[in-house]
Amino acid sequence: MQKLSFIAKRLVKAVFVLLAIVVLNFFLIRAAPGDPAQVMAGEAGAADEIFIAQLREQFGLDRPLHEQLLIYVGGIVTLDMGYSYRQQQPVADLIFDRLPATLILTGTAFVISILLGVLLGALAAARVGKWTDSLITVVALVFYATPLFWIALMAILLFSVQLGWLPGFGMESVGAGYSGFQRVLDVLQHLVLPATTLGLFFMAIYARLTRASMLEVMDMDFVKTARAKGLPPGRITRVHVLRNAILPVITLAGIQAGQLVGGAVLTETVFAWPGIGRLMFDALLQRDYNLLLGVFFVSSAMVILFNLVTDVVYTLVDPRIELK
Amino acid sequence: MLKRFCTLAALAAATALTAPAALAEEPKSGGVMNVVIQPEPPGLMLGVTQNGPTQMVAGNIYESLLRYDTDLNPMPSLATAWEVNEDGTVYTFTLKDGVTWHDGEPFTAADVVFSADVFLRETHPRLRVSLQHIESIEALDDTTVRFTLKQPFGPFMGIFEVGTMPMVPKHIYEGTDFKNNPANNTPIGTGPFKFAEWERGSFIRLVKNEDYHVEGQPYLDEIYWHVIPDAASRAVAYETGKVDVLPGGSVENFDVQRLTELDNSCVTGKGWEYFAPHAWLWVNNREGPMADRRFRQAIMYALDREFAKDVIWNGLGNVPTGPVSSKTRFFDDDVRQFPHDPDKARALLEEMGYDGTEIRLLPLPYGETWQRWAEAVRQNLQEVGIEVEMVATDVAGWNQKLNEWDYDLAFTYLYQYGDPALGVARTYLSTNIAKGSPWNNVQGYANEEVDRLFAEAAVAFPDENRQSLYTEVQQVLVEDVPVAWLLEIEFPTIYRCDVKGLVDTAIGVNDGFVDAWLDR
Repeated sequence: MQKLSFIAKRLVKAVFVLLAIVVLNFFLIRAAPGDPAQVMAGEAGAADEIFIAQLREQFGLDRPLHEQLLIYVGGIVTLDMGYSYRQQQPVADLIFDRLPATLILTGTAFVISILLGVLLGALAAARVGKWTDSLITVVALVFYATPLFWIALMAILLFSVQLGWLPGFGMESVGAGYSGFQRVLDVLQHLVLPATTLGLFFMAIYARLTRASMLEVMDMDFVKTARAKGLPPGRITRVHVLRNAILPVITLAGIQAGQLVGGAVLTETVFAWPGIGRLMFDALLQRDYNLLLGVFFVSSAMVILFNLVTDVVYTLVDPRIELK
Repeated sequence: MLKRFCTLAALAAATALTAPAALAEEPKSGGVMNVVIQPEPPGLMLGVTQNGPTQMVAGNIYESLLRYDTDLNPMPSLATAWEVNEDGTVYTFTLKDGVTWHDGEPFTAADVVFSADVFLRETHPRLRVSLQHIESIEALDDTTVRFTLKQPFGPFMGIFEVGTMPMVPKHIYEGTDFKNNPANNTPIGTGPFKFAEWERGSFIRLVKNEDYHVEGQPYLDEIYWHVIPDAASRAVAYETGKVDVLPGGSVENFDVQRLTELDNSCVTGKGWEYFAPHAWLWVNNREGPMADRRFRQAIMYALDREFAKDVIWNGLGNVPTGPVSSKTRFFDDDVRQFPHDPDKARALLEEMGYDGTEIRLLPLPYGETWQRWAEAVRQNLQEVGIEVEMVATDVAGWNQKLNEWDYDLAFTYLYQYGDPALGVARTYLSTNIAKGSPWNNVQGYANEEVDRLFAEAAVAFPDENRQSLYTEVQQVLVEDVPVAWLLEIEFPTIYRCDVKGLVDTAIGVNDGFVDAWLDR
């Protein structure tokens, strides 16, 4: 009951936080130089005053700013994210068209990074000071420090251009006409490089975090007691150390999960993955206000939601934590 | 060198001469072609959206009355014949019989009148300027259209390119809100390919129009346009054989040589004759040292334009002599020359008493090629003692700075559309000085003589009279250096050598793949 009331309170707060985010973003994007009418007129290769005025009127940019804000917030309250005049489609359609692609990519990367990261971190902690630990620490540091786009390009060069093992761009083989299992297999093939590239960075963070956190816990009295009681080392690591060391990892996982919907701009760009991240980046360059605000809105909502989920998960993992 | 527009009587002959060259080999039917498109077009309704990527795809879906060969002579398309009266004010076009829209409805003269006089007049700012010269457009019968001009308009025969005057179906659009018509999502034209599907963010698919009005054409069954946002990834897509064609500007210039050295890989700088992209530095004539003509001339002498052409553009293109591209009609190189001469530049700066004021340079935010070009320019200017600060922007910021005249030097390139009256005059007319557009007289140059010459040349008749006026205006402008001309750009189209008939006309890959076929 206490948990439910906590969740209800947080959800009510979340609505206000979201509205504040919408208003802030609304002004933030308008503070950037240029507007969508200028960008579109620029692309047309010719623009007279009539043309730009037409565009401004069409986009509603000729109205006073407070009026534009009221119209936008009014729409958001009824979950209407407006219309992208540049793409000539409703914003919701554009976002939900791209959402599956993004979720497949970021979701897979999430799973890869958390499984591999925690595993490697735990392994390093268990063998602290030995060559396994050094190797894992160095590898994690390298992946943490190397720019993602560079890893992506190198992966394409090696696995796609040189070896020809994996496709280097897109989400599926265009025009191949696959269906059913064949199509799934095809998407999986296309997924390997981008998901691994994206996963490596987070894997490195998880590995470092898990290792550090486990080493801290290993030094605590209850672990010493467990050892003194003669419990097998494997059981001590799994049940006593890992479980207590996992809280920071859950915090990070919560943050990463919140970003799942925001997509991965660099990875999606390099691998031509048709996801939200790329949509957002293009919208930013083109000053496609409604689309950009729509993506921000959806991703902010997800961050808030996953923060809440993370808090609830804390209580499941550590009974000492209470929700108030 | 003078380039003259052929008289109408000679046009049919010119067309007859160009056709057999394209047909030297027997084309093979069938196959799928994969092409890169970048950036992803916002829409495919060419009458509503006039940006580059839209035309590149939609040039296959829509057509106009004419096409143009690489010498800018008109070729038949939806019009098979045309004639003009003696004083150049009445043009009569005979339309091809039996042409249908992709939905099966017949294409008639009424569609031409609707497209030019109603639809495009509302949606097409560039064509609107030319339409001001037209008194009336009438359908005399289903296959005859008459354009009556208020007075002779020199470039008139050049405005029937597909991106300038695409034919749109009257039966779909009449009486509707053109820009927001849901039909814009499923474009219907008369072109060789029909719209099939668009997976946003991934690809656009066009399929062969089985009822196309040219017997046996098009040859290809399908075209896939792949959306690949990153330039390096586009290069890889070509390298790994996923795409057959990289249209101009798809990859960074430093990748061009590597890609063309691959097996079965060809490159051409052709197909830009109509657009004649002309690159220059806007020089803000209003302020600081730029207001002094000697300073602008010094910039011209300081720039090593041959180096930029050879190194940054892989030798493609030409160093321009002035405002008119050598590919555009009425070009004349009998003007003051500006070879790379740092000493002359320094002398001019000294003569004017340049005090070392720092100049802001705004590169075009279109990727690495343009960034490197800006760095080369900065180095050239610093060599003669002009201090340069680079200003970084994105596209929207670049537009805004030019719209507000907030710059000293800024890179740009503009299309010339075959005729100085369409694509050159707009940059230099004092009546075109207005904030809010990056395509008008952004530099703030005002010269009554230039205004008069351009105004007279646009409506002079016949072409001989236009030539002398344009020669004079080129001489005046080159002397004044209102902007610093950099390069007649030829964006390299990279393609598999077994793709034939790809770039045969003055707008290259923008003209649709009606003649393209695969020799596989």
